[in-house]
Amino acid sequence: MPALQSRLFFPDPRGTTLKAIAATYNRGLHRFAVILACWTFLLIIAGALVTSNDAGLSVPDWPTSFGSLYKIPKLVGGVKFEHIHRMIAQGAGLLTIILAVWMWRAEKRRWLRMLAIAAVGTVIAQGILGGLTVLFFLPAPISSAHAALAQTFFCIAVAMAVFTGRRWIEEVPRVEFDQRRPSLFTLTLLSIFVLYVQLILGAMFRHHGLSWWPHVVHAAVVSFVLAWTAVRALSVYSEIEAIRRLSILMLSLVIAQLCLGFTAFLTRVSWGKDAAQPELPMVISTVTHVAVGALLLATTVVLAIQVWRHVPVAFEERVPQAEQNPSAA
Amino acid sequence: MLAHRPRAGMKFLITTKREGDIIMNRKHWTILASMLAVCALLLLAGCNKKENTEQSNNSATEQQAQPAATPIDPATAATVNGTVKFDGTAPKPAKIDMSQDPGCKGTNEAESVVVSGGDLANVFVYVKDGLGNRSFDAPKDPVVLDQKGCQYHPHVLGVMAGQTVDIKNDDPTTHNIHPTPKDNREWNESREEIMLPVKCNQHPWMKMYVNVVKSPFFAVTDKSGKYEIKGLPPGDYTLGFVHEKLGEQDQKVTVAPKETKTVDTSFKAAGE
Repeated sequence: MPALQSRLFFPDPRGTTLKAIAATYNRGLHRFAVILACWTFLLIIAGALVTSNDAGLSVPDWPTSFGSLYKIPKLVGGVKFEHIHRMIAQGAGLLTIILAVWMWRAEKRRWLRMLAIAAVGTVIAQGILGGLTVLFFLPAPISSAHAALAQTFFCIAVAMAVFTGRRWIEEVPRVEFDQRRPSLFTLTLLSIFVLYVQLILGAMFRHHGLSWWPHVVHAAVVSFVLAWTAVRALSVYSEIEAIRRLSILMLSLVIAQLCLGFTAFLTRVSWGKDAAQPELPMVISTVTHVAVGALLLATTVVLAIQVWRHVPVAFEERVPQAEQNPSAA
Repeated sequence: MLAHRPRAGMKFLITTKREGDIIMNRKHWTILASMLAVCALLLLAGCNKKENTEQSNNSATEQQAQPAATPIDPATAATVNGTVKFDGTAPKPAKIDMSQDPGCKGTNEAESVVVSGGDLANVFVYVKDGLGNRSFDAPKDPVVLDQKGCQYHPHVLGVMAGQTVDIKNDDPTTHNIHPTPKDNREWNESREEIMLPVKCNQHPWMKMYVNVVKSPFFAVTDKSGKYEIKGLPPGDYTLGFVHEKLGEQDQKVTVAPKETKTVDTSFKAAGE
């Protein structure tokens, strides 16, 4: 019954809801999307290792590596991190193109096909940003944009994995209307926004474009907004499994991320300032901090998607007054 | 069953539309991507060309504007020498882990603060002020920067603006040399810059400092903290003593013809 309501209340112009009526579960496509998401997560870790090991320019040219497009250089010192990062990135680009072609042929939902094309555009832009940051000797704005776009791409990959999943396609979603203000959907969007700001502040600090304190101060804002979102979700919509599980995961990741941030601060800013080279505790803590940050952002994005699906804002709030009452127009 | 019928009809309709879309979109995307790629390459090439042109124009202009070197009478030339000390307890040298490259077999201690018996090495000493508008020819012999044992030798280098730096690699591995100047464009050699950091991005512990000055009156303290600057014309000067971690301090000195003067100084540990 709730599913029927949702279809009646939220028809799109083609007569389908976000859960497309014509879509069918394609196990191969879904698994491939999951592989792309996992590969992208690996790529983010590889990229974080490059920055933490101060190896960003160890391969000084781009798009070639030491003058060659295909030869693998001796993987020692910083070259090991930088070149492996480039190879994983090439793999991510290839996987994205294959997924986009596959989706274009097999996927019936037009918006999802467009998302796959957007993923290809994002991965190309990301590659160009990575190249530019090498060619221009790691300027903080370009390196930070590279870091932010990496996590954007990760979120797109995770979203594609969710949208192609069996549960998304075959499940009849349980729907409860949100009467509270701000709505849970607004809170999830706010959470994504503050996480993005935090991501940019952190990237600017890591790439020597900003001091550490804006990132640390903003962590308090992020914690507050995400805790607010999670508490609202768990206190009001805990019966909706997708929302309950994602909220708990998000809250756990926030706590883990705060601990990791504190450790990263100690190892890098406090203990590591006079180190002759990047030391292992600093590398481990900062890379884990980046990786968990990426997971947190992706979790929040998926939570926002699930909230949009399961806890829509009431119909009256979504339609302008004039459209609700045509006789008044 | 009824619910399935329109879906089947829609599927056919959507599929037909989709085929048309595929052809159009692929074409558009291919053309757009190609154009973007060409634009990006042209932009990059244009930027590099412009930078090179600007650099060579600047160098040419500065070479033309530079007045002829003022001769110094060797019979009246004076000398300034001295020792630089370190006040307090010397910090323990930071350890270096070179295990990430089997080609690196050097000493495993950083050279950021090198103190031996209270004497401080790697302090760059130069005539900061007092030479007026004298100009000097850059020596024709290059200064040598060697990469050996995955360390730079010397750790602190002085060079005159316009002088050539000969960079050698005695290691069985590759290095890259990445100067990060504040006042100059990278690898520009036309203006002064003190303690210009140079690093190897392949081996993050490899760091050294190049000091580019306009006069030949400079020296770097050795392991016993000693320095000597010869051939100074008589006059009043300000000497600058610069250390990569401990900062900079100045000393005034007046030298008479043929005089040898000793100017000692000391640095305190950072934060003391």
